[in-house]
Amino acid sequence: MDPFEDTLRRLREAFHTGRTRSAEFRAAQLRGLGRFLQENKQLLHDALAQDLHKATQLDSAFIRKEPFGLVLIIAPWNYPLNLTLVPLVGALAAGNCVVLKPSEISKSIEKVLAEVLPRYLDESCFAVVLGGPQETGQLLEHRFDYIFFTGSPRVGKIVMTAAAKHLTPVTLELGGKNPCYVDDDCDPQTVANRVAWFRYFNAGQTCVAPDYVLCSPEMQERLLPALQSTITRFYGDDPQSSPNLGRIINQKQFQRLRALLGCGHVAIGGQSDESDRYIAPTVLVDVQETEPVMQEEIFGPILPIVNVRSVDEAIEFINRREKPLALYAFSNSSQVVKRLLTQTSSGGFCGNDGFMHMTLASLPFGGVGASGMGQYHGKFSFDTFSHHRACLLRRPGMEKLNDLRYPPHSPRRLRVLLVAMEARGCSCTLL
Amino acid sequence: MEREVQRVRQAFLSGRSRSLRFRLQQLEALRRMVQEREKDILAAIAADLCKSEFNAYSQEVITVLGEIDFMLENLPEWVTAKPVKKNLLTMLDEAYIQPQPLGVVLIIGAWNYPFVLTIQPLIGAIAAGNAVIIKPSELSENTAKIVAKLLPQYLDQDLYIVINGGVEETTELLKQRFDHVFYTGNTAVGKIVMEAAAKHLTPVTLELGGKSPCYVDKDCDLDIVCRRITWGKYMNCGQTCIAPDYILCEASLQSQIVWKIKETVKEFYGENIKESPDYERIINLRHFKRILSLLEGQKIAFGGETDEATRYIAPTVLTDVDPKTKVMQEEIGPILPIVPVKNVDEAIDFINEREKPLALYVFSHNHKLIKRMIDETSSGGVTGNDVIMHFMLNSLPFGGVGSSGMGAYHGKHSFDTFSHQRPCLLKSLKREGANKLRYPPNSQSKVDWGKFFLLKRFNKEKFGLLLLTFLGIVAAVLVKKHQAVLRRKALLIFLVVHRLRWSSKQR
Repeated sequence: MDPFEDTLRRLREAFHTGRTRSAEFRAAQLRGLGRFLQENKQLLHDALAQDLHKATQLDSAFIRKEPFGLVLIIAPWNYPLNLTLVPLVGALAAGNCVVLKPSEISKSIEKVLAEVLPRYLDESCFAVVLGGPQETGQLLEHRFDYIFFTGSPRVGKIVMTAAAKHLTPVTLELGGKNPCYVDDDCDPQTVANRVAWFRYFNAGQTCVAPDYVLCSPEMQERLLPALQSTITRFYGDDPQSSPNLGRIINQKQFQRLRALLGCGHVAIGGQSDESDRYIAPTVLVDVQETEPVMQEEIFGPILPIVNVRSVDEAIEFINRREKPLALYAFSNSSQVVKRLLTQTSSGGFCGNDGFMHMTLASLPFGGVGASGMGQYHGKFSFDTFSHHRACLLRRPGMEKLNDLRYPPHSPRRLRVLLVAMEARGCSCTLL
Repeated sequence: MEREVQRVRQAFLSGRSRSLRFRLQQLEALRRMVQEREKDILAAIAADLCKSEFNAYSQEVITVLGEIDFMLENLPEWVTAKPVKKNLLTMLDEAYIQPQPLGVVLIIGAWNYPFVLTIQPLIGAIAAGNAVIIKPSELSENTAKIVAKLLPQYLDQDLYIVINGGVEETTELLKQRFDHVFYTGNTAVGKIVMEAAAKHLTPVTLELGGKSPCYVDKDCDLDIVCRRITWGKYMNCGQTCIAPDYILCEASLQSQIVWKIKETVKEFYGENIKESPDYERIINLRHFKRILSLLEGQKIAFGGETDEATRYIAPTVLTDVDPKTKVMQEEIGPILPIVPVKNVDEAIDFINEREKPLALYVFSHNHKLIKRMIDETSSGGVTGNDVIMHFMLNSLPFGGVGSSGMGAYHGKHSFDTFSHQRPCLLKSLKREGANKLRYPPNSQSKVDWGKFFLLKRFNKEKFGLLLLTFLGIVAAVLVKKHQAVLRRKALLIFLVVHRLRWSSKQR
């Protein structure tokens, strides 16, 4: 008996029913074929390799993370070592050559970085340059392949404008006024501990420090004695003699901060000592939105408290202003915390604590809006300092399939093309 | 202008564009627009570039539909918070990255693929929950008009608006403040856009251009290679940012390449190319004249015919091109210069002496050579043994580097470009006792504990010391027998034990 007869008869009968004529049927069949190719890639690949031995692979598509080239890192003075070296680690890890411009304001670290660090790195690929605003301006006229800047929004604009002339991509880690909302249902002592620690750390010279508190008048009443108690516990009765309290970096910043002490009323602290560049851990109350302490980023050991009557008012207050680098919300209700999170925007967010989110390298660190652009830390650093190059390697075979894309074109071909394109992932490798 | 932008901003602040359902609805409406008004869209593109329906559909509309479908399928997953790996200090907390919209996005489109280069970024911006102002290129005026007419009929009229106009209007627009500016176009204007954005600290994505080199190795199937190059070069009359701009090859290959490309052009467009419905025209007279001037003093291997009345320029190949001439300084047009080089080394040097291009192409059977070419050069993207195709795979980020641009998009990369990835850490107000470790007054033991909890590696000698300290705490607990203290210390003990077990497992 002929082994094929039954099969052939079956097919011929089916054809005569006219089932294969409709466009829909044909399209469905082609889609099935597409799915077959899509779902059995590895199987086909292995089979082809077994049969023909040569490289009859399908295409390979991948992203190469390549160094940009020459990277400029401009660092600030408040955490002069950390904020210089952590970006440097990222830039080096990504394979770039780096020019480091430490801050001239943190003079001692600047000296160490310029004199000692180059001894440890390959000097053909690394350099430290020194100078103030004028020299930095000159530096920025040169062309870099990436610029990483940490500092104020005002200078951030200057850096980005200079970068624009060379179409240099940038990461700007800037600042802002980080709001700290305190809900009524919190334990004031716990909140005071946490807020005070993050506010007065490094004498308040931290870009992610809670800049001001938003709470109800009732909460304020409970918070003030708690804050006083915390400050005494942390720094003793005479904070100026405590080894745990930092000083203001220079006279200019000191004078600026001393002027802010005149805003509102001093509830706690308020003392200052010019010879020591010392400013006491201070809490201000009855501050107006228009006063300087609520207009500029404080960057000092001064904590204003602004009263709001509800979470809604707090959210509205926050959203009226520039997007901050960090946002803090203290509440026992996770709903309140989540509300603050979803209805605002900020670089980062921490509920019920200060800038702990920075310690997790699995979280990206960066600003949004006026607080900056781009992110780093951990793998995000590597990605920031790399160009993500899309690569598609096609095989010279299967040229017949490519014929679909070549002119001259016809309406029939369009329909076939459409079906092939619909099996999206697979079609691209075919075509 | 300012009022328009304000209106869109107000619409964004209403929060309407944020919900997943709303974004999906808008994307579905956009899809309906493309399907229902296909004829109008194709006609507009045809009017701008003399493009056949097939070409307009397969080059622009298909990509748009594919992108929308991809978004619809994947957006529900993308908008969710992504939990991240925690450390000891944050072990009991919630830590995740939450994508959020940026706000008001400005998209400035280009004229060469006027529909897809405006709509594909729009899809990404909508998917990420933003409000969008679209400024199509005024050079492709018919498409600009149809986009302005159709979008308000299908999409939310306050969140997504189209503003048309020329250089003056665009300059005015760029003075306004946006939360992201997405520009597709040329390098010169790219600088202007970034400078304007810098005034507001607005992040930008710039999809620019450059001269995409195409290296053809001795060891390749020249027939296939030339067909692929011909297809990519002359599509849209050479007005493609990722077209193979010029060929680098050994001198001995030149005449073969010329012959094969000539034959392929005949096959694709027929004997009378002007009559072929598949061959487009130059967008306007200014570009026509510009491209014409590139032919001056060049050795035309074939082609070179032009017709100003219809803005027709024939597919043209130039041989023995001097790198210093004008045709090797500018891009865009159906003119293919062949620059002979001695070998791959010279080709790589040639490429590296110039600005980083948007795309790089290399044809060879020798996989090692392809790898070398990729390793030793830089470009936005690469396609090996073909041209253009890396654009089609939306799992690959599409963008430039150096003067060919910054940032990328397509598929999820669009979503990421138009989102702020916000890191979130949610702690509890309880367990304040554990925080005593970080509060002043400080001590060396606190620093040691800090290192123990935060750093991966720790001193084996110190380990013994810490173990003693730990046992001391346990002893103190037992002596005190205070419930609350016990509970707090228990947590500390648990953390330490967990850490010890974990680090011993690692060893």
